[in-house]
Amino acid sequence: MKKEYLKIQKIAGPLIVLTGIEDASYGETINIKVDENETRKGKIIKIEGDKIIAQVFEGTTGISTDNSSVKFLAEPLTIPLSKEILGRTFNGVGEPIDNAYQVISPVKQNINGRPINPVARRYPKNFIQTGISAIDSLMTLIRGQKLPIFSGNGMSHNELAAQIVKQAKIKGATKDNFAVVFGAMGVRHDDADYFRKSFESAGVLDHVVMYLNTADAPIIERISTPRCALTAAEYLAFENNMHVLVILTDMTSYAEALREISSAKEEVPSRKGYPGYLYSDLSTIYERAGMLKSCEGSITLIPILTMPNDDITHPIPDLTGFITEGQIVLNRELNHKGIYPPIDILPSLSRLMKDGIGAEFTREDHSDLQSQIYASYSKVQDIRSLSQIIGEDDLGETDKLYLQFGRELENKFIAQDKNENRNINETLDLGWYVLSILPETELDRVKPEMLSKYYVHNRER
Amino acid sequence: MNKNEGIVNSINGPVVKGLNMGSFKVNEMVTVGTQKLIGEVVSLDGDIATVQVYEETEGLKAGEKIYSTGSPLSVTLGPGMIGNIFDGIQRPLNKIQNMSQDFIPEGIGLLTLDEEKKWDVTITVKLGDKLKPGEVYATVQETQRILHKLLVPINVSGTVKEVKPNGQYTLNDTVVVLTKDNTELANLTLSTKWPVRKARPINRRIPIYKPLITGQRVIDSFYPIAKGGTVGLPGGFGTGKTVTQHQLAKWCDADIIVYIGCGERGNEMTDVLEEFPKLIDPRTNRPLMERTILIANTSNMPVAAREASIYTGITMAEYFRDMGYDVAIMADSTSRWAEALREISGRLEQMPAEEGYPAYLPSRLAEFYERAGCVKTLNDDEATITIIGAVSPPGGDFSEPVTENTKRFVSAFLGLDKKLAYARHYPAINYLTSYSGYVDMLSEWYEENVAPDMLELRHKMIVLLQEEEKLNEIVQLVGEDVLPNDQALVLETARIIKKGFLQQNAMHAEDTYVVLKKQYLMLKVIDTFYEEALACVKIGIPISVIRTESVIQDILKIKYEIPNDKLELLDELMNKIVDVYSSLRLKYE
Repeated sequence: MKKEYLKIQKIAGPLIVLTGIEDASYGETINIKVDENETRKGKIIKIEGDKIIAQVFEGTTGISTDNSSVKFLAEPLTIPLSKEILGRTFNGVGEPIDNAYQVISPVKQNINGRPINPVARRYPKNFIQTGISAIDSLMTLIRGQKLPIFSGNGMSHNELAAQIVKQAKIKGATKDNFAVVFGAMGVRHDDADYFRKSFESAGVLDHVVMYLNTADAPIIERISTPRCALTAAEYLAFENNMHVLVILTDMTSYAEALREISSAKEEVPSRKGYPGYLYSDLSTIYERAGMLKSCEGSITLIPILTMPNDDITHPIPDLTGFITEGQIVLNRELNHKGIYPPIDILPSLSRLMKDGIGAEFTREDHSDLQSQIYASYSKVQDIRSLSQIIGEDDLGETDKLYLQFGRELENKFIAQDKNENRNINETLDLGWYVLSILPETELDRVKPEMLSKYYVHNRER
Repeated sequence: MNKNEGIVNSINGPVVKGLNMGSFKVNEMVTVGTQKLIGEVVSLDGDIATVQVYEETEGLKAGEKIYSTGSPLSVTLGPGMIGNIFDGIQRPLNKIQNMSQDFIPEGIGLLTLDEEKKWDVTITVKLGDKLKPGEVYATVQETQRILHKLLVPINVSGTVKEVKPNGQYTLNDTVVVLTKDNTELANLTLSTKWPVRKARPINRRIPIYKPLITGQRVIDSFYPIAKGGTVGLPGGFGTGKTVTQHQLAKWCDADIIVYIGCGERGNEMTDVLEEFPKLIDPRTNRPLMERTILIANTSNMPVAAREASIYTGITMAEYFRDMGYDVAIMADSTSRWAEALREISGRLEQMPAEEGYPAYLPSRLAEFYERAGCVKTLNDDEATITIIGAVSPPGGDFSEPVTENTKRFVSAFLGLDKKLAYARHYPAINYLTSYSGYVDMLSEWYEENVAPDMLELRHKMIVLLQEEEKLNEIVQLVGEDVLPNDQALVLETARIIKKGFLQQNAMHAEDTYVVLKKQYLMLKVIDTFYEEALACVKIGIPISVIRTESVIQDILKIKYEIPNDKLELLDELMNKIVDVYSSLRLKYE
């Protein structure tokens, strides 16, 4: 019989302190019974002799030092897993919140997971067609990649993520072995509903597992939400050979929860008050994406984060960018111009695309084309700043063509309808069409044979 | 109570405090708890010891035991390292995979090199030989290109008393027995142990004089790296640090590469593992994996082992240096190592200095970079260790502590630039703010082995680029068209240098590696163009006419179209440039 402790020594923010504890193990789950009727979960985060410090996932509101009893479960936080989880909705600690039955399964997994052995990984190579031109051509999503969306408040990241889920064509995925795991940390109810509706309209709802921590739910639960989601994803991908697309939103809320706990633990803060281990902590989430040599399944991870003040050097996007394999950056100015998706292509990048494009996967001209669009669009920025000073009329002829190219790239190529699904050939052809505004001599990143094959001569300018 | 057993008292992430540990030593390796997690004593206070644990501590309880191993954190050095991949404390990841499949669990104990495998050993000493530390007693042909020399350990010397015949032996078999000077016996096996935090001894340091040839134009021609030198490679995310490091690991002319993936992405290591065995070294025609050792402690692996990985790597490098090899270390990234220091230091509740980093960050960095160098080994061979450390400054801001301090201890600094990366100018090494302190030391080598005017040419090109930078400020305000012709020519030449020379395509078969001779001739071609065009400008030929000549396209295409072994084509191109522009001048005169 497990002991129950009736006295809490101290309560500070999301943390409780107990003394006189025997046999507690680091990382162990505890159950806290409050006023005899409510049970909350917690986790031991520090042991000092017979004193333990635990964080309470559902928050400490309503707990007093003597109205609660604490039971130690002698295991880390685990969630039960079976294929029954498909179509279900859970809270941030993996309990059902859709008024349906509990998931009962002999398979229980530690939500912290364990690092994948680098030699067991399979290098991701297969291209995922999202139907969105800017992504498919310039920052190609690869099966098994982790590619975040860096956004800002009020921009259309949710729409973009929903469109990716709706349109994504993953090689090897059929309706039966495709699943979406959705983890939401601190999102508004209407955002959560928006995602649910778009999954429904995409007809994938019965293949979606949702872990919801809405903005009014306890902040501390945000720590476990992405971990539950990824544990479910690992189960589906690596034990059931499914292709899993994981959407996590909003990682900024997650990092803020982490900061809150860190400061409650009185740790030495690093940049902007975030703990020094933010990088290591984020990596234990992001690095769970990928593929294994031993099975067919894959986890493709698209975390969404809102950059505070649209600042890409803020610790959260910055550290994320160092861990993930590229980033899709949204731009406020494009958003104001009414361009959807407002993808800022210059800072956006997919590190894995080099091995996932070309004749074998997409088309022979893909690599040259994307390199040329990047180079030319970067020149457009220089000419735009020049034209602001001397005026567009005084620009040289070629420079004027560059400006036209920039406008068309934004309005015709990057911009597309929320329901528009362009296949890769359409996207690449469109890219050449737009690029052909520029004279052939300006296209120096393209091999001559590609140029003569794909350049659109005699297009009107 | 057993004197060699401590008791776990407090647990905070990877930091564990134990009681009853008065007899333990600082930096001693210990095993913690029933799972026998591997750890290291980092400080002692009375009989309370602080231990950093190299594995996940989840599930550990207060009251569990801590066991002494009696020795500091060490690595096993012997045949079997090359072509292998290890975690931060030298446990082979392949072995871990065989034990636990796809994920890395805790409590698998201390694994090391393969002790079963038999190696073909050739004994090089005979009875009665007197041996001193660092001398060779046997050799193993570990891969086709690496002859693994077994050296008498540092604290051992004496007379050969017993010699086994040549043949097959495992790592722990004794092949030679020495009588030490005091008549004690010493068994020499195929392996030795060495504590990672201690530099292996050398005879003496010698001045740096030869370059590490990388085949990367912006490095070899503009900011050369020396064998035995230290290089800092900072860049924000997306600027191409890892690709640059991979390029160096692939093509530089070191004998042995130690690649430390320290706190970086798992998939990047997988990429190396899949790609390197397929790549062929242009100098030896053997797979690149036959000279490469990989250490992977990815970002999600335990943070304390990340701190150790740098030392594990450099110790292995020193071991091969002692055999007389030129070794290059790529550490990607030292910022993650510094962050591991910060994280552990925070948990140890040490007083933070700048940005939360511990005050000893600069001294640890210095210690690490000082283990590079051009030396005479104990066996009097010449050998080098070159360290190339990537730095990942937060927000790409080079004024943060890790970049700042790294700059103090390295002699070459290759800064990666976000703006260049955005324009897909790769490698995005900033050609104006980077520097190499080795240019003077290497000048003699370049004059003898490349061309007498190589450095002169380099200087001229850098000056042109600097001028372009200044002119660009004017162009930003008034546009390019109003510049006088000679200045417009500077812009045009700079454009050619950037596109035709500095940008290098790592994915292109011909362009990924360029021999020094071709680099020199390419610069010579560009210089010929500049001088010829300048002569045209001087007699009043407008730049727009100069620009229309098709030789410019020829220059830009050299990198793709002229292979490393057909350099005579470059002489032809130079003649063509002279012809084209002198006939243009004739027309105008």
